[in-house]
Amino acid sequence: MEGLAQSQVELLEALRAGDEAAFARIVDELSPGLMRLARVYVSTDGAAEEVVQETWIGVLNGLDRFEGRSTLKTWIFRILVNVAKTRGVRDARSVPFSSLDVTAGEDRALDPDRFFGDHTRAPGQWSIAPAPWPEDAVWETDALRLVRDTVDGLPRAQREVITLRDMVGCSAAETCSALDLSEANQRVLLHRARAKVRAALERAFDEMGPAS
Amino acid sequence: MPDTGDEMTCRELVGLITDYVEGTLPAADRRRFDEHLETCEYCANYVEQMRATILALGELPEESISPRVRDELLDAFRGWKSP
Repeated sequence: MEGLAQSQVELLEALRAGDEAAFARIVDELSPGLMRLARVYVSTDGAAEEVVQETWIGVLNGLDRFEGRSTLKTWIFRILVNVAKTRGVRDARSVPFSSLDVTAGEDRALDPDRFFGDHTRAPGQWSIAPAPWPEDAVWETDALRLVRDTVDGLPRAQREVITLRDMVGCSAAETCSALDLSEANQRVLLHRARAKVRAALERAFDEMGPAS
Repeated sequence: MPDTGDEMTCRELVGLITDYVEGTLPAADRRRFDEHLETCEYCANYVEQMRATILALGELPEESISPRVRDELLDAFRGWKSP
């Protein structure tokens, strides 16, 4: 951690001193992840690229005021979320942001009918058990496309979390900080999102027939 | 198998899987989780599939910004310190 903090201080100093190579490095490192998260809020790659570009301009405008209360990385992701929200207000077609409790409501990770009920001989055991998947099937192009499409169809809060955690590779702490979530809510959203992606793959593999 | 109240059910395991893979499950529950997993091939399938799902999510092709936008940003950076 100390090494990380140290390298962050050095990076900040380099950026503030106008070190273009340092700026190019961080742009190259973070832009793919920023593009990923931007696509949660806007519907085309072109619009996502504009959001990312605006984010980096926001980074330059705010860099001298950055106080290091979060890591540089999560600060930059927070700027992106703000840019995307502002843009959402501008573009009427975009879905409004909700301040409601993101984990409220009945949104089961898995169909309760998959288990025997409490008043049966085997309460809480699988009634429809998960069958093994065909070897290496998740790496097929079709499966990966299904994974992407399923993520695209998730409720926004779940999509934000699974994008940062499993696609961009942020830690739980970074994700909470970037999205202003409690650790518990982050985990609930991640749990539901992952369960739905697994369930989508399961449905697809079941249709292909039993594993050989 | 009689329900002793301490053994984890399949339903409970599925509900705790994210805490399990995140490493946030209390030690006692973690032990019950592992014990259940040793004897239940269905839940072992589920955990295995969840791990495969997470790996697949990390394998999706990613795109960055275009070289044109990257150049514009580097231009903006050069202009940033020299108004």
